[in-house]
Order: sequence, then structure tokens, then C-alpha cells
Amino acid sequence: MQQPRLKRPLPTRRRVLLLAIAGGAAAAASAMFARMAAAGPKEAAAFLAQIGKGTPKDGRIAIKAQEIAENGNTVPLTITVESPMSEKDYVKTVRVAADGNPNPGVVTLHFTPAVGRCEVQIRCRLAQTERVIAVAEMSDGSLWTTAREIKVTIGGCGG
Amino acid sequence: MAEDVRPRLKIPASAKKGEVIEIKTLVSHQMESGQRKDKDGKVIPRKIINKFVCTMNGKEVFRADLEPAIASNPFISFFLKAEESGTLAFAWTDDDGSVYRAEQKITVT
Repeated sequence: MQQPRLKRPLPTRRRVLLLAIAGGAAAAASAMFARMAAAGPKEAAAFLAQIGKGTPKDGRIAIKAQEIAENGNTVPLTITVESPMSEKDYVKTVRVAADGNPNPGVVTLHFTPAVGRCEVQIRCRLAQTERVIAVAEMSDGSLWTTAREIKVTIGGCGG
Repeated sequence: MAEDVRPRLKIPASAKKGEVIEIKTLVSHQMESGQRKDKDGKVIPRKIINKFVCTMNGKEVFRADLEPAIASNPFISFFLKAEESGTLAFAWTDDDGSVYRAEQKITVT
């Protein structure tokens, strides 16, 4: 920041100020980490990888949610998978993870052809603005995935 | 906490054969995540409903494994294809082993 009104700059005062700001930011960052200890994308991927073998492709599965969740304590999610849900071709499992929560897991859903339509609504907790990722495993073993970022203004993990 | 647990269901009482109906369930439960701390800074131990199962005439149709990231008073809605009349039974399993149950009859014509 430039201060043209000051004839004589005060380097020491400025330096002290800068140091104070930097120190404050570092303290805030470490306090945040201490509180959240959030799982990262890696942990989320590991949680999702437990349902099937192979690399999931994009498509067939969708997450519906508000773009901005005011309150992270209850964030409604609707998960839909395109499938005829017949005896031969149905969705076996859907797993949902959130990569910024202390634990990445959200829910694992097990379907049977008896449900007729693969759509589930749940309410989850989100600690911060983060990505929600879902993977579906079909009866033929194929995997499908989707992800969406949800902005959270008030985190929902206590603390 | 177990005394506060009360399941609620919203299911149509009757349906046409082949119709896909929506099943809405809610159970009042704290879903203590194990992340929160009390006034003295001690971690409140985790206590959640970790499993939800829906059966139709004794046969499992839908199941969910819940994690601490599920909001308190877990609400789950899903669909069911009405094929036969009978009893829909729901069971929620708590971390402490108790099982909360609810059921409802449905007439399929």
C-alpha cells in the first residue's frame, strides 16, 4: 500500500504492521486446520474407490443441490442415476463423499430393481465450501461419477 | 438419547400396480458426529444412526449406510415400484446397537 500523503515513510512501523498481518493470517490458518483437519480429495477418492474396480466415467449420475447452502448443518442433496432399474440392468450402489469434511464419507446407498427409479434425497453436513462427489456402480460393473461444488456460508461440523 | 427417537413416514396408503411411489422417512436423532466439543473442550463421542434398511414383505428393497456427515434428524426419501400389497418395514440401527422400527401397510390394486 502506498501512502503518498506521508512525506517521510516510516519503514519500521510499516514492517511491524506487515509482520503483524502475516502473523495473524498464519495463526488463523493453523487454528482453522486444527479445528477442521479436513479430508482432502485423496481421502474422498479412497472412500469412493471402495465400491468397485476401475475408473469411473462421467455421466448417468447427477447431484442436485443448492449452489449456495446457507447453513452447512443441513444441505439437501438429490442423487439421481439414469437407469431402467430392471432385473437385468439396475444401479447396485451409490456412494457419496465430500472432500472438505473431517471424514470424507457421506452415505452409501444400496439399491435393488424393486425401487423402480434411482433417486434418493438426503440431507448432509458440510464443514466448508467443498466438492461433493458421487459414484454409481451398475449391475454390469460399470462405474459412473459426478461432482459439484457447494458453497457453504456457515460450516456444519460443530467446533 | 434413545427416548427421543421417533420415526416418521410419509407413504401413500394405496397405489396402482406398477406405479412408482415416493417413500419419505425421517427419524428424530441427534446424529452426534464425534467432531463437536462440549463446554469443557472435551470431544462429545460419536453416536449416529449408521444403517437404514427398508423391506417389503420381508424382502430388502433399499439400504443406506450413513456416515457422521448426515445431518441430524436424518431424512431419507427414495422410490419404490408398487408390485403387491403388503407391509413396508423400516429399521434404523444406532451406534449403540439399538434398532428403531416403523412399518406401514400399502394396498396395491
